[in-house]
Amino acid sequence: MKILVVEDDRETATYLTKGLGESGYTVDCASDGREGLFLATSGDYSAMVLDRMLPSMDGLSILGALRAAEIRTPALILSALGSVDDRVKGLRAGGDDYLVKPFAFSELLARLEALRRRGAGTTTTTKLRVADLELDLLTRSVKRAGKAIEVLPREFRLLEYLMRNTGHVVTRTMLLEHVWDYHFDPQTNVIDVHISRLRQKIDKSFDQRLLHTVRGAGYTLRAPE
Amino acid sequence: MVVEQPRLPLAHSWSPRGVLANTRRLFRTHAFRLAALYLVVFAASVLGVLLFVYWTSANFVERQTEATLDAEIAGLAEQYAQRGLSGLIQIVAARSAGDRGDSMIYLVTDPDGRPLAGNIAAWPTGLATGSAWLSFALEKTVNGQVVIHPARGRLFTIPGGYRLLVGRDISDAAAFRGQVRSTLLWAGLIALGIGLIGGTVMSRNLLRRVEQVNRTSERVMAGNLADRIPLHGTSDEFDQLAANLNRMLDQIERLMTAMREVTDDVAHDLKTPLSRLRTRLERALAEPSSGRARNDAIRGAIEEADRLLATFNALLSIAELESGARRDQSEPVDLSEVARSAAELYEPVVEEKGFVLAIGAEADLRICGDRHLLSQALANLLDNALKYAGGGKIEIRTFGNNGRAVLEVADRGPGIPEGDRETVLNRFVRLEASRTTAGNGLGLSLVRAIARRHDGSLVLEDNNPGLRVRLEFARLYASAPTI
Repeated sequence: MKILVVEDDRETATYLTKGLGESGYTVDCASDGREGLFLATSGDYSAMVLDRMLPSMDGLSILGALRAAEIRTPALILSALGSVDDRVKGLRAGGDDYLVKPFAFSELLARLEALRRRGAGTTTTTKLRVADLELDLLTRSVKRAGKAIEVLPREFRLLEYLMRNTGHVVTRTMLLEHVWDYHFDPQTNVIDVHISRLRQKIDKSFDQRLLHTVRGAGYTLRAPE
Repeated sequence: MVVEQPRLPLAHSWSPRGVLANTRRLFRTHAFRLAALYLVVFAASVLGVLLFVYWTSANFVERQTEATLDAEIAGLAEQYAQRGLSGLIQIVAARSAGDRGDSMIYLVTDPDGRPLAGNIAAWPTGLATGSAWLSFALEKTVNGQVVIHPARGRLFTIPGGYRLLVGRDISDAAAFRGQVRSTLLWAGLIALGIGLIGGTVMSRNLLRRVEQVNRTSERVMAGNLADRIPLHGTSDEFDQLAANLNRMLDQIERLMTAMREVTDDVAHDLKTPLSRLRTRLERALAEPSSGRARNDAIRGAIEEADRLLATFNALLSIAELESGARRDQSEPVDLSEVARSAAELYEPVVEEKGFVLAIGAEADLRICGDRHLLSQALANLLDNALKYAGGGKIEIRTFGNNGRAVLEVADRGPGIPEGDRETVLNRFVRLEASRTTAGNGLGLSLVRAIARRHDGSLVLEDNNPGLRVRLEFARLYASAPTI
């Protein structure tokens, strides 16, 4: 699996290359905009990490050129510009996700994997299944081991997001963004309580736990090995 | 940084050198050039008016002379027609006798040029016959002296070789013309003099006021931000200019003060966590590698760095909001929807911490704004309530009130003493002296910045007991305009 990193700051680029390499990815790195665009058009990447401010050609222009050429490689925009309208501009230009610098590597990795999966093709499923947990998108009902579980609408969306990212870490920020559409981090750990309530419902009366906390990173829903 | 500029001597130094320098400077000024141009135009128009007056008055006198002569000639022609040449000679002789005081000149001569009748002795020299009007010089003896008088007249040739000259001494008219000429010349000179003085005074006046503006801006540039341009109370253009510049200086001063405050705040409030971070890292270095203590120390350092970043982000958001950027992101937002969404997010954590969350949201309470910012403001208020109230009911209410949309968050905690309610909105202000609770003291500052960005107000009130924070915005109605 190949990832393209377009980043002009040498230290950040090394950090990303090393981290992604350790996570099992092959990484190509470009240090300016033109080179980045060249690699992106010629190579076959499953996702790319794109800095916004680059020499010779900025990240949004690269995205514009790629999308105009019908190249749909999922792109994660990395930028020091963090206000909501910067974010909106980035996503409108064809970015698939947006991460503000400085960032935690775990956050970047989690988002990149979510992107890659999305790029791998979203077949229109009506049922999501992890082990014996089943979520029906049409009837909006949840079952585990055949037993119906009552969830609130928001819990349903939370669970849906976790199940769509089965086996991967999702961060609190990702949950806030995708489930609540909140683009800032509240000081109180509001997400933790939501997760623990959800866990009460789907895990408590069963032997095997599906919803796990990943320390310092976030949560993951996965089938027991 | 002070930029030294060559300073010109003050306008009020009256030493010879000062005057010279002033004069030299005066010539260079725009005001002087304007005054000079004005003077040239003024002089040209004065000259035109005077020439016109001169020409019409001189012409008028000449016309009058000619009219008199024409009347005289008509009379003589009548006599000649009735009584022939002898009659003409007779009447000329009669009119020439004695001084009638009208300066008329008559002369009739025979074909040889000998005078037959008239009041001048000889034919004036240099006369051509037949032309219409003649100007000639007349020698007159007054008190034994020969004086040459200008005269004007007509010459007729009578059948038989006789000739008749009818004319008029126009020395009075010439004198009048001269008088007019010198009067007009003086008038012109006086007008030019007044113009010159007026122009100079005007230019100096203008120069002085520009100089005031210049000097004030120099002092401001040199660092004296509180200096202002004096107003003259005349509300003319210069006063308006000065008032506008003063307002601009006010704005600059306000921004500079705000910036200095932020810098001070940053220096003061970020130094502590930074040095704490440094200490943690140093301690981690001292621990044996791959030990648990080392990992804990590093984790602590990362947490500390995250807190610092959060503080920086909050500061940047406040600065961005206060600079007035992001105004174009506004769209209709249902305040009640914002409240319900936040309540939904916070409800579990509120219960977990032993509070009760109550929400009273009026339907369709729309304002023009940014949903993300409004949610963030509400989240900050809820964070605060959770942090400081200790327990009890937290109430979120949204309702309309006289064309305003109100969002209230009330708790049952200790509240904020009335005297501190203004201070607590400032950056980095935290009422606990010990600062044991986590937080950066920017929450309410951010809420205030968000309220201002929406042209709304933020009021802290007593909830008896507890704190009630009230945000008010202009309400947006579906079709009817806001009241």
